[in-house]
Amino acid sequence: MNDFWILLTAGLVACSCSLLGCFLVLRRMAMIGDAISHSVLPGIVIAFLLSGSRDSFWMMLGASVLGLITVFLIQLFQQSGVQSDASIGVVFTALFSVGVVLVSLFTRQVDLDLDCVLYGEIIRVPWDTMTWAGIDIGPKAVWSLGLVLLLSGSVLGLFFKQFKLCSFDPAMAAAVGIPVALFHYVLMGLVSVTTVASFESVGAILVVGMLVVPAATAYLLTERLGTMILYSMLTGVISSTGGYYISVWLDASIAGCMITAAGGLFLLALLFSPSHGVIWRKWRQRRMEQTA
Amino acid sequence: MGSIDWLGLLVDPNTQWILLGSILLGLSSGVLGSFAYLRKQSLMGDALAHAALPGVCIAFMLTGSKSIGFFLIGAAAAGLIATFGIGFVTRNTRIKQDSALGIVLSVFFGLGIVLLTQIQHGDSGNQSGLDKFLFGQAASMVHSDVVVMAAVALLLVVACSLLFKEFKLLSFDSGFAKGLGYPVALLDQLLMFLIVVAVVVGIQAVGVVLMSALLITPAVSARYWTEKVGVMVVLSGVFGSISGLIGTVASTAANNLPTGPLSVLAATMLFVVSVIFAPRRGVVSKALLQWSVRKSVLQEKKRAGAVLGTSSVPAQRGEEGQA
Repeated sequence: MNDFWILLTAGLVACSCSLLGCFLVLRRMAMIGDAISHSVLPGIVIAFLLSGSRDSFWMMLGASVLGLITVFLIQLFQQSGVQSDASIGVVFTALFSVGVVLVSLFTRQVDLDLDCVLYGEIIRVPWDTMTWAGIDIGPKAVWSLGLVLLLSGSVLGLFFKQFKLCSFDPAMAAAVGIPVALFHYVLMGLVSVTTVASFESVGAILVVGMLVVPAATAYLLTERLGTMILYSMLTGVISSTGGYYISVWLDASIAGCMITAAGGLFLLALLFSPSHGVIWRKWRQRRMEQTA
Repeated sequence: MGSIDWLGLLVDPNTQWILLGSILLGLSSGVLGSFAYLRKQSLMGDALAHAALPGVCIAFMLTGSKSIGFFLIGAAAAGLIATFGIGFVTRNTRIKQDSALGIVLSVFFGLGIVLLTQIQHGDSGNQSGLDKFLFGQAASMVHSDVVVMAAVALLLVVACSLLFKEFKLLSFDSGFAKGLGYPVALLDQLLMFLIVVAVVVGIQAVGVVLMSALLITPAVSARYWTEKVGVMVVLSGVFGSISGLIGTVASTAANNLPTGPLSVLAATMLFVVSVIFAPRRGVVSKALLQWSVRKSVLQEKKRAGAVLGTSSVPAQRGEEGQA
């Protein structure tokens, strides 16, 4: 049963991250996902210190606020002439340092340790359960992640057309009257919420990996956004499940194994994808030369 | 009480070495970072810093020693594989550089964590302190490490000053550099390699997670103050060394706090000061400029109104009429 809960948690993380990751990869904002996943830390710690509890709601709120502040600051510096990747780098490292210092200062009050911040405690998920009307209804993490997946799924589903246009041609989207900036912030808000929900169970590093790697894998396999999202989620789930069993076998970090598995799948797609794979392309090139 | 602490801190020869080491480290990473910034590759440092982790772990697993020399080799190898991987993915597929960076960063770091847990679970002896690599702890460094760190950092600065002209040309117009017959690809790889070396030497003091900040933040701050590369590189180096110094002193004074985040916070403080007070580009000087322009425009308007006698300034018009 514990295996089941861990796999379900990891699968939910993989699904919600890789769903949003598709849009990040298409909009060339993959590193913003990285930035947000690091910079929500001070929000979590401050929410924890103020509310004095590990209540997910406050942490979620604090972290979402920090996520939006991050995006806002990055845009602000970018507009004042700093290169985009440098402004990402300045903002997230600064906020992450604030978080790390806060954690170290309040080690006694904060029940978060730094290892857990980076690679999470998915192994503890099955024990942190919720009770409703006296009945044990399963781990908290599963419920919060499920809700987050539902939220981002329904927002993206409702405004699919708008998000699609914003990702491929923001200028045209603005021209036909779609509030591009609003959708940008909505997407970033969803990324922050997802990051926070995943943060506690799987750590910052798995969130970054799951945001980028499955989406990039899917990007190599198809030309359609809908299919890409499907493939991306599938890749995410396969790599989290596979990674879990590898980690049991090796007795190693679960989050680390999951990303490594995702990296393996990406490598496969990079080499053997029928449309964009390096090897197939080389082979086709050679055949073309021969026929010529 | 505080003053005694500081005095004791500064007299202790070991602390002096550590301070010297972190100043030199900040200097070298600031200098290298400004070239990376001008080449629009700031986040490359982030990816390389994360990618160094598996290299360090493998070096430890193979040799069983925590000597900085082996780590340097392992991390340099991992860093070179990472740069090659990023280049391969962006050249051969339609995946853009940011996604390629994200993939390499997270997969290498994930692999590094797997290896780290393997080391911690295995009984390969003295592995304590390997987890310090994530956030750095300058105070825990032993004398020989500090000497190596200082020496390598100094070497990096010397290499940069010798190759200053080449790197400058590479940063602004690599096509022109190629036309003049410079080995552009080689210089490019060399710059990457120097960044990898800076990251590796910094790992023990600052940690892999935040090493990139020392490469990015001082350079961005320095860019605010000047339009000349030479001045920018020097300023960036100075900012870097000040942040290294403050971070180390604060972390030694308040034990238990990791050095990396404190150095990064010091660098960020300098960045905020630059954003606000820098001449020409800073917020204050921009506001002053705006204010003086607005004032002069208003004055012009007033004068024009006085001359033409438009209805927008009726009081003056009356005076004009009387005159």
